[in-house]
Amino acid sequence: MGTLRLLGTGWWFHLKIHSRSAFDGVLGIIYPMFFATSIFFIYGQSADESGLVAAAIGASAMGVWSAVSTSAATSLQRQRSQGTLELLVAAPTPFPLLVAPITLSMATIGLYSFVATLLWGRFAFGIRISLEQPLVFVVACIATSLAIGLMGFLLAVAAVRYRSAWALGTALEMPVWLICGFVVPLALLPDWLLPVAWVLPPTWGVAAVKEAALGGSAWPDIALCLAIAGVYAAIGAVLSHRLVDSARANATLSLS
Amino acid sequence: MPVIEVDDLQRRYRAKTGIRRRSTRDVEAVRGISFDVEHGELFGLLGPNGAGKTTTIKMLITLLLPSGGSAKVLGFDVVREPREVRRRVGYVFGGERGLYDRLSGLDNLRYFAELYAVPAREQKQRIGELLELVGLSGRETERVEGYSRGMRQRLHIARGLLHKPEVLFLDEPSIGIDPVGARELRQTVALLVEQGTTVLLTTHYMFEADELCDRLAVIAGGRIVASGTPGELKQGVSAGQVLEVEVFGSADHAIKAIEDLRGVDAVSVEERDQAQLLIVRTGAGIDVTAAVLACLDGISLGRVATREPSLEDAYVELVSGS
Repeated sequence: MGTLRLLGTGWWFHLKIHSRSAFDGVLGIIYPMFFATSIFFIYGQSADESGLVAAAIGASAMGVWSAVSTSAATSLQRQRSQGTLELLVAAPTPFPLLVAPITLSMATIGLYSFVATLLWGRFAFGIRISLEQPLVFVVACIATSLAIGLMGFLLAVAAVRYRSAWALGTALEMPVWLICGFVVPLALLPDWLLPVAWVLPPTWGVAAVKEAALGGSAWPDIALCLAIAGVYAAIGAVLSHRLVDSARANATLSLS
Repeated sequence: MPVIEVDDLQRRYRAKTGIRRRSTRDVEAVRGISFDVEHGELFGLLGPNGAGKTTTIKMLITLLLPSGGSAKVLGFDVVREPREVRRRVGYVFGGERGLYDRLSGLDNLRYFAELYAVPAREQKQRIGELLELVGLSGRETERVEGYSRGMRQRLHIARGLLHKPEVLFLDEPSIGIDPVGARELRQTVALLVEQGTTVLLTTHYMFEADELCDRLAVIAGGRIVASGTPGELKQGVSAGQVLEVEVFGSADHAIKAIEDLRGVDAVSVEERDQAQLLIVRTGAGIDVTAAVLACLDGISLGRVATREPSLEDAYVELVSGS
């Protein structure tokens, strides 16, 4: 109960912090629109309605991933420069429980991307999206965002030890769009790349969202998405303890 | 048993320079310091910038691992038992950092109360008490980005006290705040010590150390160069007296001659608005006033006065001699 309360409180306060930045807010609105517009123009040439819906879902996931990947590591770097990273480490609470809510709050903001992209497609491009399984669709969207948030957690803990780790998130932004099948069907990827796609939770999350929208069994994909994300969270938790100790040894918790 | 036990504590940093040809060198920030702090004591670490004060505190609150030596806080080793230490200590540092600007003061305290495992049913009352203590009641719902430096510093103090720490580490807490704010801060710290909190304070403000600290250690170049009560330091360093001469114009050429006078221990110059203040420290019972004035012949002089050595004089002598 205490752990859940801690996670919930952290999530809520960091959601407040992230949602109060005018700069981040404007980018948060523009990015999904930009992704969606690009995708709709590309896929709009096709008359295949289901292809357009799949593209809209892919564009939504791009927004969530972008919201988390670029911000997760930079958020820890920001905490370092504002002097709060040391206070998080100096707290008696296990460090992973303090970092995970930060990236989960970013993923929550990214959820907006799902809604914005679908509405943008409907009203700006006239794409009719009739969801086959609305409830499962919502669950799949939340599961995908949660999984992306936990991937962000793994990226964020690296920033505790390495001051330039923020660049990692930015470097991974676009490759994940491709590898996880957000914009290009997995079938078009070279065979050697497929195992990489399979170990990335958003691959299964986006597949689940598409299944839920277009008809199909989404639950196995949701389960896989969450299971793999759980493994990422566990790796991040173990790694975070080691990285904090390394940061204490190498004096990288503060800028001075 | 002492609350804080520091034995031969050391910390080295590896500094990297260059881009193409990278080179590294070890910087010894703390070079084997030892001291103890007793329960309910307010102990001061006094030293110039870069002396190793903050590094020492960061090792004691488990943010840095020592390179050598050992330290215990409340009997817990800072390397082997960091969580036990963290549960029991509070940390407050000076300056504007260390708060979430986009949250209100109240939200900052709520968040840190959660981090420090303050029971949910006690949080509201505890936060209310602390807001009252630091004088932020009525302003707590405003965002921190709109707070003045003094308000931020008071919020820092409240944050550091949320979990009722047995030991409070204050790292230059009054830096950058106005005299009234600094006085209120000193009153708050004195109150905490009265209530039984053990405090380790770092500062380079002499009057703050003189007014607050039961005992002091002067740290310079990573080493403790003197320790004792403020009174002992004043007496131990120089049992002599201080001659102050207000000089209009440059006295630089005369300083060497004054330094060479018999009985003169140290000479320093402080820049004032239109003048320089020449400070000459001498041994006990030695009057060099006439000789100093002779050295300054031809220079326009203002006030000439002698006084007892202050803690600042002791500090300058210790630090410049290290």
